[in-house]
Amino acid sequence: MEWEVVIGLEVHVQLATQSKIFSGASTAFGAEPNTQACAIDLAMPGTLPVPNEEAFRYAVMFGLAMNAEIGKRSVFERKNYFYPDLPKGYQTTQLEQPIVGAGQIEIHLEDGSSKTVRLHHAHLEEDAGKSLHEAVFDSGHGMSGIDLNRAGTPLIEIVSEPDMRSAAEAVAYLKKIHSIVTYLGISDGDMSQGSLRCDANVSVRLKGEEELGTRAEIKNLNSFRFIEKAIKVEAQRQIDLIEDGGKVVQETRLYDADKNETRSMRSKEVANDYRYFPCPDLLPVVLSDEYIEQIRAELPELPDAKCARFESEYGLSAYDADQLTQERATADYFEQVATKSGEPKLAANWVMGELAALLNREDKSIVDSPVPAEHLASLIARIKDNTISSKIAKQVFEAMANGEGDADTVIEAKGLKQVTDTGAIEKLVDDVLAANGAQVENYRSADPDKRPKMMGFFVGQIMKASKGQANPQMINEILQQKLNALL
Amino acid sequence: MHQLTIAEIIRGLRDRQFSSVEITSHLLERIQQLDSQFNSFITVTGEQAIQQAAAADARLAQGNAPALCGVPIAHKDIFCTNGVRTSCASKMLDNFVPPYDATVVDNFLQAGAVSLGKTNMDEFAMGSSNESSYYGAVKNPWDVERIPGGSSGGSAAAVAAQLVPATTASDTGGSIRQPAAMTGTTGLKPTYGRVSRWGMIAFASSLDQGGPIARTAEDAALMLSVMAGPDTKDSTCLDRPTQDYTANLNESISGLKIGVPSEYFGEGLDSEVGARVQEALKEYEKLGAELVEISLPHSKLAVPAYYVIAPAEASANLSRFDGVRYGYRCENPADLRDLYMRSRGEGFGEEVKRRILVGSYALSAGYYDAYYNKAQQVRRLIKQDFVDAFQKVDVIMGPTAPNPAFKLGEKNADPVAMYLEDIYTIATNLAGLPGMSIPCGFAHGLPVGLQLIGNYLDEARMLNIAHQFQQASDWHQKIAPAAQ
Repeated sequence: MEWEVVIGLEVHVQLATQSKIFSGASTAFGAEPNTQACAIDLAMPGTLPVPNEEAFRYAVMFGLAMNAEIGKRSVFERKNYFYPDLPKGYQTTQLEQPIVGAGQIEIHLEDGSSKTVRLHHAHLEEDAGKSLHEAVFDSGHGMSGIDLNRAGTPLIEIVSEPDMRSAAEAVAYLKKIHSIVTYLGISDGDMSQGSLRCDANVSVRLKGEEELGTRAEIKNLNSFRFIEKAIKVEAQRQIDLIEDGGKVVQETRLYDADKNETRSMRSKEVANDYRYFPCPDLLPVVLSDEYIEQIRAELPELPDAKCARFESEYGLSAYDADQLTQERATADYFEQVATKSGEPKLAANWVMGELAALLNREDKSIVDSPVPAEHLASLIARIKDNTISSKIAKQVFEAMANGEGDADTVIEAKGLKQVTDTGAIEKLVDDVLAANGAQVENYRSADPDKRPKMMGFFVGQIMKASKGQANPQMINEILQQKLNALL
Repeated sequence: MHQLTIAEIIRGLRDRQFSSVEITSHLLERIQQLDSQFNSFITVTGEQAIQQAAAADARLAQGNAPALCGVPIAHKDIFCTNGVRTSCASKMLDNFVPPYDATVVDNFLQAGAVSLGKTNMDEFAMGSSNESSYYGAVKNPWDVERIPGGSSGGSAAAVAAQLVPATTASDTGGSIRQPAAMTGTTGLKPTYGRVSRWGMIAFASSLDQGGPIARTAEDAALMLSVMAGPDTKDSTCLDRPTQDYTANLNESISGLKIGVPSEYFGEGLDSEVGARVQEALKEYEKLGAELVEISLPHSKLAVPAYYVIAPAEASANLSRFDGVRYGYRCENPADLRDLYMRSRGEGFGEEVKRRILVGSYALSAGYYDAYYNKAQQVRRLIKQDFVDAFQKVDVIMGPTAPNPAFKLGEKNADPVAMYLEDIYTIATNLAGLPGMSIPCGFAHGLPVGLQLIGNYLDEARMLNIAHQFQQASDWHQKIAPAAQ
């Protein structure tokens, strides 16, 4: 039997507004508990929400970037449930009339193929606070604390259609969402701080089957790696279950990264009735065409457009262009290096090669790169003008990574300038030939067809003697002349 | 001094006939002597009132005093007062001291008014008799065996008993107008959104509206001029500038077209109440008005629609009272569920719990369309009735309530009978229209209220129409026996 996995994602993105969606309190992450919660966030009696216009602007930006319909009249509703980190006893969210309607985006997979994923809708809502359980407290057991700093932080919840068919596709989709929101600057996209969180609806069915299988919802996945692993392990669990004659139950499950398994979260609980109804404290939000068009006109270049431009403007391959445009910071860095050095292809190689490896090794993001874009551009310029060879360039790069200055400073300080003086190279060649009489004799007596291969030995020796600094092309030419003269 | 209207107090203070400290002390003394009979105050802020009065006197002496400088008033205990307990007449908030003022409270502070304290009310403004207060029932100064109406029963009784010349109040389904009718006072519920709801503890957000209870239309106009205005802290507050509602009081009402809805004079209306209202309408004819019979065909659906929408909104509005952050918390909760169930079970009274249950039911899956959605459809029809009527008439008049004040405890066993007390007032809340009640005589020895319903934002005209009646009648000047 061949199984097909069907995945739909619900992605929560915290919007990077200065203040909360319905109050003036700050949204900055990491403050002392309850220092960024005002009377409205605490749901004190008589307080009322006042919408933050910036959150609407961000949501519209997102909708436009997703090629989605914009809800010109959106309505906030109350989702009622009791929990200590939900001060009002309801979450203000959107249901029937969300600000972003149906849309679609293209995702790019590692094998180079593309796929369209449909957006069901995206809506604005407020985040809840956080419950901090006993481990946080030094004294006393069984204590829980509530931090309402996060309560009221604006979120967009992005709901996809069940269009993804593998964990890899789900990750590609999520990366695309991440890419779009960070390009737009509407979220910092920091998954470790919960700025981007994901719930995955996973079901399986026999290939060719039209009807969807019963789904399980895996809650609160907060890294690309966990999402991939969780979906894989959940899909396998469902397949095993069905093949053993069991049935998948619709339920919420939690992914345990340590055990790499999902487990049921709310099996016993009766289905929640959230008793949604339109929030009477907030008027419907009506957006004019002018407002929407103004936002459209101000949209920054988005990943797909940038990718296409990198291909046409810089002559990059589709793969390279895609890799470089996934993150706006990477694209910006590349573009600086490419224009300053005048060598886009070399720039692409270096950014995706040595630089990526360095950042990975040091666990740094490109905005904190130890090698600034201007330095990398200067290095590439020196390769291009033959001041250094590609091999020496790697040495220079390491030095730049250690903060030893730009390429020229390092080359100068370490005396790494390539030797292009004919006399000096002739001397190196003569010395090596003199020191390796036996190999020279072998060369002379060898079959002419085999000679080019044997030249490599001498080139290596000469390069070694020059500490890698001699111009390889000149070595080749001079060596050839000298060897020919010996025949 | 306690018989003075606000207009008279303003003149007296400016003419140095008395000081704010003098009238404030006099009223505080009166409250202390008399209010045990009425129970109209939950909290009396005597010391603070004297301080405010002294500050007002200083400003009056400087000659640049604001509108109500030195005038004593009191706030319904639904309005949050910075540093002063705001209980909403509930055990749930018996210990709650807000760190902020409601916009209405702040407006009166800016206007220089002196607050004597917080008036009693039905718990969370849910009731028509002021019997559901955690602090005990309020008694009607016209007959202390009877209810003063609700939910703003304390605000109305305090004015009728001449403990304070005017009070703030709130009206979700008749909570200003019905107690005004029961106590022979003048009450005004403005157009929805004219007065900020910030800091006014929510019962049903789409219906709640603050307004004044006073002894005359002129005083109501003075109060409303301070209360009404835009507020960026309330998204539903209308973005219209403040205005002087006294400006049009003396305009002639000759040629005024008064709509008289046949539905407001049918079954259930006490015949004596009906007779007083008809007499008042005749008086208006004498003043040059024309009576036009109109129909509000969906009137009978107002009460059932209201008792779906208001409890539905309340069920969510009251979820914040969970024992976690402020207010009542049960002793030694075993776990979270126990904390919620007992804090709310013990902290809320019967009527509040009844409405939370009704509202939760109306919103629950499978019933939402049949109840909440249907009620919203009815609401639109009721609004349309009024829109159609105001094509033909300038103002609508009828009784405020079907009966005069009933006896304490009389309708406690029958919630529906209690709900029907608001049969004539509820529709204006559903439509968002302004409504008033002014005294128009007595039935069975008890005050009767004439209700005025105006078009949207027509408060100035309504006050003019009410004032003209009060210039031609003296019902509003009758003094409750217990106040003498």
